[in-house]
Amino acid sequence: MINSILLLAAVGLFAGIFGAIFGIGGGMIVTPVLTIGLGLDIKYAIGASIIAVIATSSGASIAYLKDDMLNLRVAMFLEIATTVGAILGAVLTGVLPSKALFVLFGMLLIFSSWNMVRKLRASKDEEVNTKTDMLSNKLQLNSTYYDQASKKQVDYKVANVPGGFSMMFGAGLASGLLGVGSGAFKVIAMDTIMKMPLKPSSATSNLMMGVTAAASATVYFFNGSIKPEIAAPLAIGILVGATLGSRIMQHLQAKLLRKIFIPVLFLIGLQMFLKGFGVSF
Amino acid sequence: MTDEEKKRHAEMNEIELVIGHVLRVGVITAAIVIILGLVLALITGKTGYPTDTFPTTFTTIFQGVLAFKPFAITMLGLFLLILTPVLRVVVSIYAFAKENDQMYVWITTLVLVILLFAMWIGYHG
Repeated sequence: MINSILLLAAVGLFAGIFGAIFGIGGGMIVTPVLTIGLGLDIKYAIGASIIAVIATSSGASIAYLKDDMLNLRVAMFLEIATTVGAILGAVLTGVLPSKALFVLFGMLLIFSSWNMVRKLRASKDEEVNTKTDMLSNKLQLNSTYYDQASKKQVDYKVANVPGGFSMMFGAGLASGLLGVGSGAFKVIAMDTIMKMPLKPSSATSNLMMGVTAAASATVYFFNGSIKPEIAAPLAIGILVGATLGSRIMQHLQAKLLRKIFIPVLFLIGLQMFLKGFGVSF
Repeated sequence: MTDEEKKRHAEMNEIELVIGHVLRVGVITAAIVIILGLVLALITGKTGYPTDTFPTTFTTIFQGVLAFKPFAITMLGLFLLILTPVLRVVVSIYAFAKENDQMYVWITTLVLVILLFAMWIGYHG
């Protein structure tokens, strides 16, 4: 038991660091490692992964809060969409075939990574959106953050609130269905659709994941999918890893961050897509 | 940025500091309880329950914690971890109210209601 606990704590540490850097939940990393790497039952992997998502979110948020990168109003407003989506997702889990969901999820992630490559080619530097939007003004969503890499205070405005809100509903739905934080979807909603800079998008996404995951986590907790010997060492490892990861992230350039993020997004997408057809690698 | 936006941003920082503090206390408490249960299981070599079973209801977890059963303590810690994001929402409502931001008091309260509804489904569904 000691060996498996230490191994799971190490997996958690690794997932926590990378989850925090890319703004994706530990769950996206943990579920493939536990099922494909360690041959664990998917039911318990999902249970452990939802705990991982909460641990990543809470662990990373502590560091982000101190660094003033988070947009709390954006988080709160969009959480209406993610939590409703998560509930619907948790209810739908028993109805829809998970194979179809894996395929759809994988296709969307692959599309997103392609979309990010296209964006990276179009503009070399990160453009800050300064166009005024009536709805985001009304909801007081515009904000500012201090960018440590370029040593500048960056003011930004938020665009296309309805588009981001709809995407967040989908993100919540996927979270409830698959036991993941849907961090990639959340970053896309804020960064691509709502034109927020990448760093506040990642920080806000990390915080939102915890609230979304808490909705479905109670279901997994009470139906016995959260095994203490798996979820507990993972959670501790992830807490430590997420704190480290969010520290490392501030010292990276936004462009470099994206370059690392694209293949990660693509591979996870490909893996999920193939899993829907019964192919695992 | 206009002066009003600057003022709002300064207020936001205050709220975020309070929330950060709450998150920190919640997460550290949960982590300590989880580690306590794990260490106890490692030292005694027992989980307190038959192989592949563990408590999943409020009653059995509570009874197990009183009897000092390792996995009951670990499950309590995991439940506390699940509660930290919920706690953050609760504190945010208070923080927005303190800043007289009526709109975000309602938005955040709505999020809490949705979360409580989710818990209700989880416990009864």
